[in-house]
Amino acid sequence: MAAPMLRWGCRGRRWAFARVDGGSCHRRGAPTGSTSNQIRGESSVAQQPLHTAQKTRKGEHKWAAVVGLEIHAQISSNSKLFSGSQVRFSAPPNSLVSFFDASLPGTLPVLNRRCVEAAVMTGLALNCHINKKSLFDRKHYFYADLPAGYQITQQRLPIAVNGSLIYGVCAGKKQSQVIPKTVRIKQIQLEQDSGKSLHDNLRSQTLIDLNRAGVGLLEVVLEPDMSCGEEAATAVRELQLILQALGTSQANMADYEIQRQINELENGGEILNETRSFHHKLGCTMSMRDKEGKQDYRFMPEPNLPPLVLYDATSLPAGADPQQVINIDQIRETLPELPSVTREKLVQQYGMLLEHSFTLLNEVGLLEFFQNVIKETRAEPKKVTSWVLNTFLGYLKQQNLAVSESPVTPSALAELLDLLDSRTISSSAAKQVFEELWKREGKTPGQIVSEKQLELMQDQGALEQLCHSVMEAHPQVVMDVKNRNPRAINKLIGLVRKATQSRADPVMIKEILEKKLSL
Amino acid sequence: MLGRSLREVSAALKQGQITPTELCQKCLSLIKKTKFLNAYITVSEEVALKQAEESEKRYKNGQSLGDLDGIPIAVKDNFSTSGIETTCASNMLKGYIPPYNATVVQKLLDQGALLMGKTNLDEFAMGVLLLSSTLECNGAISARCSLRLPASSDSPDSASQVAGTTGMPHHSQSGSTDGVFGPVKNPWSYSKQYREKRKQNPHSENEDSDWLITGGSSGGSAAAVSAFTCYAALGSDTGGSTRNPAAHCGLVGFKPSYGLVSRHGLIPLVNSMDVPGILTRCVDDAAIVLGALAGPDPRDSTTVHEPINKPFMLPSLADVSKLCIGIPKEYLVPELSSEVQSLWSKAADLFESEGAKVIEVSLPHTSYSIVCYHVLCTSEVASNMARFDGLQYGHRCDIDVSTEAMYAATRREGFNDVVRGRILSGNFFLLKENYENYFVKAQKVRRLIANDFVNAFNSGVDVLLTPTTLSEAVPYLEFIKEDNRTRSAQDDIFTQAVNMAGLPAVSIPVALSNQGLPIGLQFIGRAFCDQQLLTVAKWFEKQVQFPVIQLQELMDDCSAVLENEKLASVSLKQ
Repeated sequence: MAAPMLRWGCRGRRWAFARVDGGSCHRRGAPTGSTSNQIRGESSVAQQPLHTAQKTRKGEHKWAAVVGLEIHAQISSNSKLFSGSQVRFSAPPNSLVSFFDASLPGTLPVLNRRCVEAAVMTGLALNCHINKKSLFDRKHYFYADLPAGYQITQQRLPIAVNGSLIYGVCAGKKQSQVIPKTVRIKQIQLEQDSGKSLHDNLRSQTLIDLNRAGVGLLEVVLEPDMSCGEEAATAVRELQLILQALGTSQANMADYEIQRQINELENGGEILNETRSFHHKLGCTMSMRDKEGKQDYRFMPEPNLPPLVLYDATSLPAGADPQQVINIDQIRETLPELPSVTREKLVQQYGMLLEHSFTLLNEVGLLEFFQNVIKETRAEPKKVTSWVLNTFLGYLKQQNLAVSESPVTPSALAELLDLLDSRTISSSAAKQVFEELWKREGKTPGQIVSEKQLELMQDQGALEQLCHSVMEAHPQVVMDVKNRNPRAINKLIGLVRKATQSRADPVMIKEILEKKLSL
Repeated sequence: MLGRSLREVSAALKQGQITPTELCQKCLSLIKKTKFLNAYITVSEEVALKQAEESEKRYKNGQSLGDLDGIPIAVKDNFSTSGIETTCASNMLKGYIPPYNATVVQKLLDQGALLMGKTNLDEFAMGVLLLSSTLECNGAISARCSLRLPASSDSPDSASQVAGTTGMPHHSQSGSTDGVFGPVKNPWSYSKQYREKRKQNPHSENEDSDWLITGGSSGGSAAAVSAFTCYAALGSDTGGSTRNPAAHCGLVGFKPSYGLVSRHGLIPLVNSMDVPGILTRCVDDAAIVLGALAGPDPRDSTTVHEPINKPFMLPSLADVSKLCIGIPKEYLVPELSSEVQSLWSKAADLFESEGAKVIEVSLPHTSYSIVCYHVLCTSEVASNMARFDGLQYGHRCDIDVSTEAMYAATRREGFNDVVRGRILSGNFFLLKENYENYFVKAQKVRRLIANDFVNAFNSGVDVLLTPTTLSEAVPYLEFIKEDNRTRSAQDDIFTQAVNMAGLPAVSIPVALSNQGLPIGLQFIGRAFCDQQLLTVAKWFEKQVQFPVIQLQELMDDCSAVLENEKLASVSLKQ
């Protein structure tokens, strides 16, 4: 079953592809995780070489994409944009369809207040100008999953315009530096989703499921300010985080399309105007609907919906029924903390690097995991950051798991870090304990440490005795140390540790050795 | 009993002079006897009898729901009725049974009214205003109303493909003659008044083919009320569809202010102009029905949230000296019949003689109204008809080569030429390249037309007095002649600007023509001053004493039904 997750396509807009010498776009991995269809984006990259049309030999030129996006985010609401039908994922086909959704003659749209609030909230979070008056339009095209023969959208005067989205692009040798970039937001509009067509090729018939028909979407139109798929993907990711923080959309999404277009161009193909859907199992987008042939949507004002009028503190009419009006200022006050602010706080509060804060937010649930560990451990925040971002995240990635699927709980990691912090175990023993925890055998770090006898040797006398023995057994190394070979002492430390089965603290060993060697 | 007004029969029900079931059966029997009028598409006999039974119980228990309890009514077949076929007189919706009631239907049923059936109309109510291709377009809009194919032949626009239009649409006539169930016959064709006049005419042709049209598009509703088969009927009014047949059938035809009455469940023609209309035998009856229908509807976002005075009682005006009546000078058109003109001026004189101030006003953009209406109407029609694709409901063709082929064939089979012609021209006006030049300009002209009315009312006018139609109803055979085209298009000149401005208007029967046929005059009020408008109309109605239609000969054995009625003597004011 094709799950249309992403719709990318050009709406008559064409942005230039220009050849450049440095820097290319590299492919990002196919998305993981969600299989729901929460966000669909539209991007356009079209070929328009600076030089006159010549046959391009493969690999001869590098292409600089100029990318704009139209992103469709499904609004988190209980009911549809213009009808009272429930919005629910994976319900039986055609079980969430009102008379209006099925476009029965004589039915009329009634605007869902929640969807308007979500649009205003998103507009404010994206620094948009909120239009006090916006309009709805009909966009006509014949398609089996569009029962009215038109979609109600906001073409002429959308609810929010002229915003911006700041996102960070990784740069530097190790991709460890974050450079802030801005993409302008042209507009945010409210519109209806269509139903789903399921093509049964075997019986050559198409089945229509109208559960999704009429679900509210936010279409966010990003100006072509991005230069490659990497940037577009990062910007979309940032938008996703904002929508999730606002709770206006679940915003599960993926990106894939730009590299496909680049490959296509390099292979001498043509980019068609089309709407593509993302197939999560194949990990690629597939052509959904031919948009070639200059579709004229014959836009027309929606006559059944009066202009949508919003108010602010100054324009709110006295004695207005709060159920009947939407106050922009009131919504502004309820805006939750946005990801950029969260990251700033992380940097300030825990002294972490900005790029670490990005990583913490980018993985679903990772920030919460981190904060839970911090709450329960005495270890330094920097230590926690390092463990969460390196060890923990590394294990997750290796096994392609989500944070929610982790075998290690925040409490277990907190306990482990406490053991480390109290010098009960060495950091290498800690790694060993972590690996044991990952096996999901239900043991606490303390139990693992005692079973495996991983505690550090705390007996100074015994350790001094061991050091003595090692020195006696390796006179040559001792000579090297005395001859000021800087690496020689490390070799001695290593030998002592080996003799303790790694249970001794290297710092302690070093101290004893230095004393004995009178360094 | 059947000839009485709604208010009178309501009183009779309350007093137990007749039971709802008796009343219902009388109406049903009359419906059967007048079947040849073709007023009804569906007669909902069982539903009506069941409703009558319930109503009877309520009366017995002293729990009457009000003035409408037990009153037989009819509903135009473009209002959705739960469980009862709703066709819009189109092949496209033959067999379509809506799962819900239009708000207005529900409100009538909630008041205890008995639904006798669904009345005939022009297909999708597209009967009133039809532009002939010869009509000159002038001034502000350069709309060439003759239709061009929208796109170059190598890349046809998807809309025209799907419209399934094979050629230029034929011209068609208005007047409830244009549905798939055939034309509606005007009951006045069979009235004693008209027959007597015809006998005097030596050129009188075969009587059977001499029948008159009702006017459109709510002709079935008008015929149903006029022939005493019900006491009130719902019509719809987009450009005059309620007032026009009311004038031709000697009825009160009321178009409420846009936004006063819910459109939910009314299968739309032009959403921004449609309103449910009311057809009754007197103004008070219209007010009773309006009282039941008016008010905000959460299912229709264009209804206004003003509180409505209920019950909708009309005071009897004793004095009109404080009234100012406006006579729009642009409505004196050359095509206006001398009889109508003379009645119009007598009506003005009547007001003046009773002390009202009567002044001439100007509505300067009147002449652009029809062209403007054409662009807006066809555009909305093109959009509204897009849903009829054979997928979810209604007609579906047998072709299954592809979805597109199925759409095209379904729509070609389902819609008549008038509908297809409007879809084609509407899509043409909405094309990106034409939108500014046609649709946007038409919207601007619409604003100018609406402002004309605002200016007239701001000059102190309370109501405007105009003709409703150019002349009385014409015989069908004459009507379908080629040379009636322009006239049928022009017929709406008096009614359709009101829809563009969203104002309330009512057609009141005034007198019989020399032919013995009804002539109506129209009053137009300020937006949402419906009650004031009807109050003036009621006063006027009382003055003119329009005669009751005499149908005894037609119904021969029905005379028993009518025998007790005190038929007002014909009191032609002419």
